[in-house]
Amino acid sequence: MKSTNFIDNLPRVYGIYTGGFIGFIIIMAIAEQMGMTAKAIGIAFVAFTVFIYALIGWLSRTAQADAYYVAGRQVPTVFNGMATAADWMSGASFVAMAGGIYFKGYGYMALLVGWTGGYVLVASLLAPYLRKFGCYTVPDFIGTRYGGNLARFSAVVVLTVASFTYVTAQINATGTIASVALDIPFQYAVYIGLISILLCSMLGGMRGVTWTQVAQYIVLIIAYLLPVFWISNKMGAGFFPHFMLADEVARIGELESQFGFVKNSAADLATVPKGLAGITKAHSAVNATPWAFISLALAMMMGTASLPHVMMRYFTTPSVKAARKSVGWSLFFIFLLYSSAPMLATLSKLSLIDPTLSTGIIGKSIAEVQAIDWYQNWNAANLMFVSDFNGNGTLELNEFFMGGKAVVLATPEIAGLPYVISGLVAAGGMAAAMSTADGLILAIANAISHDVYYKIIDPKAETAKRLVVARVLLVVIGFAGATIAAMEIQGILGSVIWAFDFAMSGLFFPLVLGVWWKRANRQGAIAGMLGGLAAGTWYLVWVRTGGSGFLGITQLTFGIFGSAVSLVAMVVVSLMTQEPDKATQKMVDEVRVPSGKTILGKQ
Amino acid sequence: MSNQEKHWEKSRGLLMITLAIWFIFSIGIFLFGAEMNEVTGPFGYPWTYWFTCQGSLGAFVILIFWFANRQEKIDEEFGFSEREDE
Repeated sequence: MKSTNFIDNLPRVYGIYTGGFIGFIIIMAIAEQMGMTAKAIGIAFVAFTVFIYALIGWLSRTAQADAYYVAGRQVPTVFNGMATAADWMSGASFVAMAGGIYFKGYGYMALLVGWTGGYVLVASLLAPYLRKFGCYTVPDFIGTRYGGNLARFSAVVVLTVASFTYVTAQINATGTIASVALDIPFQYAVYIGLISILLCSMLGGMRGVTWTQVAQYIVLIIAYLLPVFWISNKMGAGFFPHFMLADEVARIGELESQFGFVKNSAADLATVPKGLAGITKAHSAVNATPWAFISLALAMMMGTASLPHVMMRYFTTPSVKAARKSVGWSLFFIFLLYSSAPMLATLSKLSLIDPTLSTGIIGKSIAEVQAIDWYQNWNAANLMFVSDFNGNGTLELNEFFMGGKAVVLATPEIAGLPYVISGLVAAGGMAAAMSTADGLILAIANAISHDVYYKIIDPKAETAKRLVVARVLLVVIGFAGATIAAMEIQGILGSVIWAFDFAMSGLFFPLVLGVWWKRANRQGAIAGMLGGLAAGTWYLVWVRTGGSGFLGITQLTFGIFGSAVSLVAMVVVSLMTQEPDKATQKMVDEVRVPSGKTILGKQ
Repeated sequence: MSNQEKHWEKSRGLLMITLAIWFIFSIGIFLFGAEMNEVTGPFGYPWTYWFTCQGSLGAFVILIFWFANRQEKIDEEFGFSEREDE
């Protein structure tokens, strides 16, 4: 995989790969008709796809620093877009997002706007300039722009806090899927997930991760879109759901007002298994205040532009121009999935609550619902629950509970799709979680190996030794993440959102002002990074331990407070201390024009 | 003013326009979310709901490609675009 020939052949290679994967789905579908068990199909899907990723990881092995850290800077625009989309869309996006929309409606959809709008900031404020800089890692930019080991180290600290918060959730997700698909206990499944993750990244670094992420994107997007289209057609809702579900959305609103949102007593709710929720919020009505919506969207947007595992994907493009376009392609590929999640939530909800549909369960007798096959399966998996609170023998809207994951995992089965689709969805979720975990672990390991070990501790280290250190760190960080994931402390989505807040608290302004404000200096940047991170963390702890908070900033948006402190600290300290020297100012000028050599050259 | 300063001034102008459009689709319209949702929008969805599902998301995609093209033009105008063989 070394020649440029490989790059030219990419469309063909991935074309054959996509055809092969579709062929595999068809073979599985035929096998199902011939009597292959659901469990065997699940195992086949996960095992087959993970094997392919591992094979790509092995083929991409490298001994060169440039290939290991930035994939040789030759990833074409569109493919980098796909890789970024896979890097970006986590297990949470894949498995939990439709569920979040299903339960929380408008207030939750701020995340859709935030997780896409952030890319405008990436494209216009940062990515092309960091690409011109020619750095290997995000702290590499901070360290060189501001100078000094303390600035570099502070950036590594923020990066590690944010990315590590995120990665445990991803390893958790791979573990959950592996444990369901392979039918093994979660504590072991977590480590199987981890080994799959490391197989992709260990030998080839960024190069291996890039080509596996493209492969993972193809699997995850097929696995997400195929069921949405199929269900929509099967329900007669429309052959292209995105443009045709207006009647279904209106119908849900009608049913909501017909049933009403009855509030359950605390005693009744205590009998509901943990993690399950009922439908308590309107589907399409505006159910959040403007500030609640906007603050969450804003936090996610600024967080997007500060997360190093995303930013480093744009270090791999051949040029500054390609970096900009590549952000557009990334968002396009993300858009394909994100715009489908609300459609899936709509189809899922309507199929369950509309009494006029054959799949509708509201209004049926409790005994009848409890006798349905899929209800029994998902009840056993602890993702569905009904209870006759009012004792009338009929299932009411407020007596039906479901886990967030069930929207993606169970809807195909409820709609009567063959099991092969459920196997496909498991493979898609695995791909989504693995690709994000790989990006994150690599971001942390690269920052520590390149910025702490090579740039601070041992600047004379040879390439071979640097790459050994990088790989050892990869394994250590992976195991640390898996160990914490095995303890199951936080739900998948909670920790994902925190990662954005941590990242924006410490990195947003030091990164942006590094390009856009020449006067920003070392002291200011250090104050901005450490002050922002400390303030954000303090706010989170304060709110979590019963603090009331202020300005409507919650534990999900604490980054707004953190980044505000960061901005003030950075500007005030910069202005109170000396302006950066002439060489630094000239460097900033250089960064601002695309032509010419990169600032750092070959490292 | 040097060539480079002019280039940067124009780039900054483009940034401001880009951020203004970004602001409208990510923040501006959601200030009036409740009011706008009363009106039927594209494909028959309520306006605000449509923006959160597709409208804003799609607008961002288009905006980034538009921005990238404009910035390339600015780079070319001042002779700062990259050579293909670089």
